[in-house]
Formats: sequence, structure tokens, C-alpha cells
Amino acid sequence: MAALTIATGTGNWFSALALGVTLLKCLLIPTYHSTDFEVHRNWLAITHSLPISQWYYEATSEWTLDYPPFFAWFEYILSHVAKYFDQEMLNVHNLNYSSSRTLLFQRFSVIFMDVLFVYAVRECCKCIDGKKVGKELTEKPKFILSVLLLWNFGLLIVDHIHFQYNGFLFGLMLLSIARLFQKRHMEGAFLFAVLLHFKHIYLYVAPAYGVYLLRSYCFTANKPDGSIRWKSFSFVRVISLGLVVFLVSALSLGPFLALNQLPQVFSRLFPFKRGLCHAYWAPNFWALYNALDKVLSVIGLKLKFLDPNNIPKASMTSGLVQQFQHTVLPSVTPLATLICTLIAILPSIFCLWFKPQGPRGFLRCLTLCALSSFMFGWHVHEKAILLAILPMSLLSVGKAGDASIFLILTTTGHYSLFPLLFTAPELPIKILLMLLFTIYSISSLKTLFRKEKPLFSWMETFYLLGLGPLEVCCEFVFPFTSWKVKYPFIPLLLTSVYCAVGITYAWFKLYVSVLIDSAIGKTKKQ
Amino acid sequence: MEKWYLMTIVVLIGLTVRWTVSLNSYSGAGKPPMFGDYEAQRHWQEITFNLPVKQWYFNSSDNNLQYWGLDYPPLTAYHSLLCAYVAKFINPDWIALHTSRGYESQAHKLFMRTTVLIADLLIYIPAVVLYCCCLKEISTKKKIANALCILLYPGLILIDYGHFQNIYNSVSLGFALWGVLGVSCDCDLLGSLAFCLAINYKQMELYHALPFFCFLLGKCFKKGLKGKGFVLLVKLACIVVASFVLCWLPFFTEREQTLQVLRRLFPVDRGLFEDKVANIWCSFNVFLKIKDILPRHIQLIMSFCFTFLSLLPACIKLILQPSSKGFKFTLVSCALSFFLFSFQVHEKSILLVSLPVCLVLSEIPFMSTWFLLVSTFSMLPLLLKDELLMPSVVTTMAFFIACVTSFSIFEKTSEEELQLKSFSIAVRKYLPCFTFLSRIIQYLFLISVITMVLLTMMTVTLDPPQKLPDLFSVLVCFVSCLNFLFFLVYFNIIIMWDSKSGRNQKKIS
Repeated sequence: MAALTIATGTGNWFSALALGVTLLKCLLIPTYHSTDFEVHRNWLAITHSLPISQWYYEATSEWTLDYPPFFAWFEYILSHVAKYFDQEMLNVHNLNYSSSRTLLFQRFSVIFMDVLFVYAVRECCKCIDGKKVGKELTEKPKFILSVLLLWNFGLLIVDHIHFQYNGFLFGLMLLSIARLFQKRHMEGAFLFAVLLHFKHIYLYVAPAYGVYLLRSYCFTANKPDGSIRWKSFSFVRVISLGLVVFLVSALSLGPFLALNQLPQVFSRLFPFKRGLCHAYWAPNFWALYNALDKVLSVIGLKLKFLDPNNIPKASMTSGLVQQFQHTVLPSVTPLATLICTLIAILPSIFCLWFKPQGPRGFLRCLTLCALSSFMFGWHVHEKAILLAILPMSLLSVGKAGDASIFLILTTTGHYSLFPLLFTAPELPIKILLMLLFTIYSISSLKTLFRKEKPLFSWMETFYLLGLGPLEVCCEFVFPFTSWKVKYPFIPLLLTSVYCAVGITYAWFKLYVSVLIDSAIGKTKKQ
Repeated sequence: MEKWYLMTIVVLIGLTVRWTVSLNSYSGAGKPPMFGDYEAQRHWQEITFNLPVKQWYFNSSDNNLQYWGLDYPPLTAYHSLLCAYVAKFINPDWIALHTSRGYESQAHKLFMRTTVLIADLLIYIPAVVLYCCCLKEISTKKKIANALCILLYPGLILIDYGHFQNIYNSVSLGFALWGVLGVSCDCDLLGSLAFCLAINYKQMELYHALPFFCFLLGKCFKKGLKGKGFVLLVKLACIVVASFVLCWLPFFTEREQTLQVLRRLFPVDRGLFEDKVANIWCSFNVFLKIKDILPRHIQLIMSFCFTFLSLLPACIKLILQPSSKGFKFTLVSCALSFFLFSFQVHEKSILLVSLPVCLVLSEIPFMSTWFLLVSTFSMLPLLLKDELLMPSVVTTMAFFIACVTSFSIFEKTSEEELQLKSFSIAVRKYLPCFTFLSRIIQYLFLISVITMVLLTMMTVTLDPPQKLPDLFSVLVCFVSCLNFLFFLVYFNIIIMWDSKSGRNQKKIS
């Protein structure tokens, strides 16, 4: 009986939370899955049945391998388990194959890999200071943080309904963050290097890592006013860091270098042929820009400033084509987005360099990097918002100000994921899970910071409450109106623009708070 | 309540689990010509919408009673009619007379599942939440944990949202729960009204009728039959009669109508039991084919006598000493007696026992959890037939984890926490060495759980021998039946020895 007690973890809330969410994931197995399911099946087939030299050349399916080599190796390992489930899914020519065993295997592989995520969350929980220990378990920051991470709405629907392997990748990222908090910098750097070779989207946050490690690890001491002491530079540390990153990269890209395939690999990893925005506009700066363009063109047409014959057809009929053509405002090139992103990232990097505030400062900078590149990046997916939401969760339980930004960011960011699931049976699931997460996050953080000023101003409250009517309009009212045929894109447009406002606001507020904090830090030190 | 948000979270979790389970298959999916309970429910919508009330329960060219004829009380029929109106609005093909037979589509499945969810959301879930809020002597946190466990009870979720019961259990059980709530909060009239609705929705609710009757009668006696008690009795009688008359109004016009409905509700000629049920008769059938040996009327009398005898002590006790705690336990033991001994029991009827067990979850967490696990297990053959293995295993584990973490049940196995203190003291007067009761119960629990896990695994992985195709399902029923018998004894012991300890405590204080 005692053994049973320990095994089931009586009173061990963490394992109960983790097990609970794992079971929920199992229940989500029969839900709708997107084409990403086929993408990953195809990669299993490619890595299993073809030699390495063919991996980045194979193009039978339109879903070619476009993740870095480690992910390909990961699929290779998975495929050796997959063959015991269903051999047929490993055939490259078996396009759109999804037997029930294939489904089961793929879903379970995601669920199983999330073990890493759970472990990372556990490590993260150890890092945050538990000074504010309340009487009740449910009011402890650790408990709240682990719910916010483990039961994250975005991860649940993107990984376990839509189908992707973000869980364990974010696990790696959180683990490396936790290692940096624990002053195990080499491990952190190693984990992040590995992560980069799993999925290159994490390059967005690489500047934060690079600058933080250089500033706070390679320089061993600061002057009393917090500015840099150049003499304390440690060459050993720089070299060992460089060695770690180099070795990981060599392991990943080496074989392809040897095969002389590196250009091909990179051309797969960075396809700039796609448009500025995804089919559904991710709620970022460009969504606002596009919307403004549209409004201006409509006004222009009404007031006869524009000639209807000069307006590209695509932009007026659907607005959902990949190549969006602007009518009034100048069109945006990839280079322009790159420059915008860099400009947006720079101030936060400067703060990290000139005013290092330990791991927390790093975390804020990392969130800002992720958020800035989400705001201005080229062909950003709406899923990329998770890159900012998950690290921000760590910050949210520490300070009331961060909590309020976090809540606006997550609520709008998560809501913007709604169009990912458009099938009727999943509608209640996404609404229920969204309510679950939102109600929990808002109420628990409010309880945590109840002694401080209210988390939201009336304007923010109004904005967040507006999401409800928006959802009702887009998914319950609009399909029954006559506009459905004529303007099918309106719900997506509304969602995207509405969320873009919130996310831009959160980004701006976070930036202001970071800049002000570092300024205050300076004056205090002086 | 300052923790309202946690209660909201709990309800949302319950709803999410319900909806995700409903994405799975249902009974009789794609299995012509009879399909399953899902088709029955759709068929009733077709019948009630297209035929006049007078023909609902009668065999005719438009209403073949052999094909899922309506065999539930009028409220069910009205509910079907209501759903039919909505169906008509969405897609008239779903309920077209004759042509819609065996209609199946994704959209229709979605519609049917939604009707269940809405009924659940309107009736059962509010009752559970309110019940947990009204519990006395436990902390807010415990109340919320209790609500979580009740809402996660896998049996009800799997039958309503997976199998698709031919009558929404959540409605009848929800009404019964409102009844319990009313009666134990001293709103006797509202309570009995709710319970009458439950009976008129599903005649199986009669399993619960006796404790309600005894408890209310006991209350009247307690107030004095000459004064307030008599007034209450008259009021109660009026409420009951009025609600019944209202529900049955269209069928009271002719004598033949009423009789036909009654014949449909209580089909005596269907036999002692159907399929594989975890009750005494079906288990006994393994050794001796009583169903074939004895004539029908003897079977009827026999089952009646056994049922009556097994529930008599608890009911008498309740009349003499009405208390809301005793009431809940009597509900359990009566329903269990009916399930084990009565005539024509379905495997799904175990839900009628599970509901009152859920109500005592906070009082005897260890035994209740155990019982609820067994009750889910006893429906395994049915769930496997509907291809619901995955959701069954997952929801059962979720329920178990919820119970373990919120009640830490393994630390609550002392005699006192099993409510067996006064019983073992009484036994120790004669047998001084009787000190191992709680350990025995712990071992029994382990054995029971291990058997259930093993049997489940065997049923899923192994093929039964050709001579005995039903081997595993019979084994499942037999094992569950043994467990249920043990629980019947246990609950009766608690009921019988309950107030003695209460009286002793009073004396001490």
C-alpha cells in the first residue's frame, strides 16, 4: 500500500498536474489533424527509406524536409519505432496515408516526447524564488507557473490537435533557460545549440542568448556601477562556449558539408519565396499594415482617388492569397522586414549588454526578441507567438507588471490561434480549453498579486472582454449572414487585426517596462 | 465563495473531457439493420415529431415497435420531441418518417452529441456544483475537489457521451440529484417534484424511489403525524400526484393508452436479465441456467422477494431515524439491491448506484473510489463493443488520479475513516481478536484492482477460446458481481451501525 501511495504520488501535485494533462492529450487523439500530420509522416518515410544524401533532395511529396538535420535524425529514430506500428506509413510514395495505427503512433510520439517538456517545467519551477509562499498550495507561484506551462492552451492545440512537435522543443528551450538560472551556463549553451539544430525558428531568440552569455558569463566581474569591466574577460570561457557551439553544429551539418549539400540544405531551411504574410495573417505589425492598406484603398475607391482598373484583383477579392499586393502603401520586401526586426531587437539587446540584471533580465530580453521578430518577421506563422508566451510565463509569476502584460499577450495570442482549428467538432474543445486557461491564468495571477494595484486598466479589461463578442460574431453569427459567400475572409481579417492590436500593445508595454527598469536601475546604482 | 474561479475551472475540465469523449464512436455506428442506442434516440425524434401523441406507444405501420419502439416514460418522449424540432430546423432529413432510418452523418453526430451536452449542462452539472457547495463540514478546497471527482466519474461520461445511452442518463440522474439536494436541504416539496420528474423521465429511477419515500415519511413521523407532519404529508402527496398527472396528461384520456404505456415501460416478458449484467442472476447463471429452468412468474416472484428482503432493513432504519446522511447511504444500498436482485436489469443501470455513491465520496473516499472503479469496469464488455477502449482507460485513470490527489485515499483506510468503528467495536465484544478489518479491506482493494487490470488486459489482447466465446465478458460480470455483493454488505453495515455511534458520541459529550 505504501508503494502504491508513492507510485501514484499522493499529495504530489506536480505529478498529478502532469499526468492529468497527459491524459487530456490522450483524449485529444481522435480530433482533427492538419496537413502537418502528413508532413511528419512524409519525413518519417524519407528518413527511414532513403540514404542521408537524399534527405534534402527528395521531393515526391510537396511537404519536403525543411527542418535542420537534428530533427531529421529525430524522425529517423522515430521511424524505427514506427515500423512496429505500421510499415506502410514509411513508404515515401504513400502520400496522405493515415491508418488508425499511424494516427496512434504519431499522436503518441508527440505525447511521449512531452516528457522532456514536463521535466523542463519542473526544473523551471525550482528556479523561481518561492519567497511569496502563501498558505494554500493553489496560491503558490510554483503551482501557478507549472499550470501555466503544462496546461498551456497554445501548446495543447498546436501539438495535440493541429499536430506538431513543439512540446519537446520548448522543453529544450525552457531547460536551457533553467540551466542559465542555475548558473550552469555551459549546459544552457549546449542545449540551446542543440535546439537550434532541431528547429531553426529559435534563431529569433539567439541574439539574447549570445549577448547574455558573452556579457554575464565571459566577463566574470562588473564595476561597482554595473558597467562592464573589460579586464575580467575570460578567454577560456569564450573558447569553451565557442567549442560547444561549433561541435554541435559540426555534428549536425558536418555530414552535409562532407556531401557538399550545404547550399541545398540552407535553401530548404530558408524559403524566401513565400509571401509576407501567411494565408491567415499572423496578428503582427504587418497585419495592421495590410489592413490599413485595405482601408485606404477602399476609401480611395469611394472618393475616386484610385482608378479601379489599376488595383490588383487578388487584393480586393479575397485577401487570403499568399502574395499580398499592396495598393496604396508601398509593398514590403524581405530585406525591409529583416531591417525592421533588427531595429526592433536592438534596444533590448543594448539593455542586456549595458544593464545586465541577471537571468531575469535575460529572460525579458529573450521574450522581447521573440516578440519583436514575431511583430516584424517575414512570413510569420501565428504559432510563433508561443515562442514569446512560454518564456513570458516564467516572468509572469514574479512581478505584477509582467503578469499584466503576460495576460494580455497570452489571451490575445491564444485567441489568434483559433483559426487553426476550423472544424465543427473541435469548436467546443477550443472554446472550452481557451476559457479554462484564460480564466485560470487571470484569476490565479490576480490572487497572487491581490495586494498590488489591479492588473488591468479599464481599457485593457474592455479590450479583453471584446474577444468574446468577436468570437460570437466570427463563428456563430457570420456563417449565417449573406456576407459569407461574398466576403469569406472577414472573420479571419477581424480576428487578425483585433489580436494584432493587443499583441502590439503588449509588445510596446513590455518594451517600455524594460527600458524604464534599466533606467531606474542606473539611477539607483548611482 | 472566494474560490469561484476554481469551481469554474472544474466545470470546464468536466465539459472538456465530456466533449473529447464524444468525438469517439457510438453504439451501433455503421451496423445495419438495427444499429444501436444512438439510432434509437434518433428514431424517437422521428416518431414523436411525425406521429400524433396517441400513436407514440402503439404499434402501427408507421411505428414498428420492434424497431426501437419508445419504451420510456412521457418526459423522455417530450424531450425527444423538443430535440426533433431543433433537428427539423437544421436538417429535416434527420427526422423524416421512414426514410431517415439509420441516418448517419458527421453533422448529425455533432447534433446528437450537442443535445447531450446541453441537457447535461442544464441539469446534471448545476446539480453537482450546488450539491458540493452545500456540503457541510468540509473546506472550500475539498468541496471543489469533490466536484471535480464527481464530474470526472467515467461511467456516466462514457455511457452518455461515448456509447450514447438510449436515454440521457445525465437528465434523469440530474433530476434525481436535484431531488436529493432539495430533500436534504429541507425543501421537501421542490425535492419531491424534481424526483417525480426523474421518474417520469426514466422509470429506472424507481430504484431510488423507496429511500425517498421512507426518508420523507420518516420526516413526517418525526414532526408528529397529528400536526405539522400530516400537513407535510398531504402537501407531498399533492405534489407527487400533480406532477404525475401533468406528465401523463395526454395518456390519461383513454384507459388503453395508459395501460399500453405501462406495458411498454415494464416489459415483463423480456426475461430475468439481458446480455451480460454484473448481477446475481447473470452470475449465478454460469452454474445453473435458472433463466431456462424456472418458469417466468417464479423468476419474477423470486427476484422480487430477494430485492425486497435485501433492502428492507435499511428502509426501516431510515423511516425510524431519518437523517440526510442515512438517506444517502440508503439510496446506495437500495439501488444496489435493485441492481443485484431485481428483474430485467441492464448493465448501464449500475449508474443508478454510482450516483448516490458519488454523493458520499467525501465521507468515505476510499470505498467510494473503489466502488466507482468497479462500476466502470463492470461495463467493460459494452464499452469494448463500442470501440471505446481508449477513452475508457484514459478517463478511468484521470478519475483515479483525481480521487487519489484530492482525497489522498490511501491514507484514509483506518476503521474510523471507513466508518466501521462502531461495527468492529460491536464485533470485538464477542471476538476480541477482531482487529484486522482495515488491513483486510486494503488487501481486498489491491486484489480487486489487480484482477480488474488483468482482466481488462486479457479481454483486450487475448482471443477467447472457441468453445466459450463469452468467457471474458462473463468473467468481468462475475468479478464485478462479487465486488458489488461485498459493497452491499459494507453499505448495510454502515447504515445499521451508524446512529449507534452517533448516540454514543452524544452520551459522551
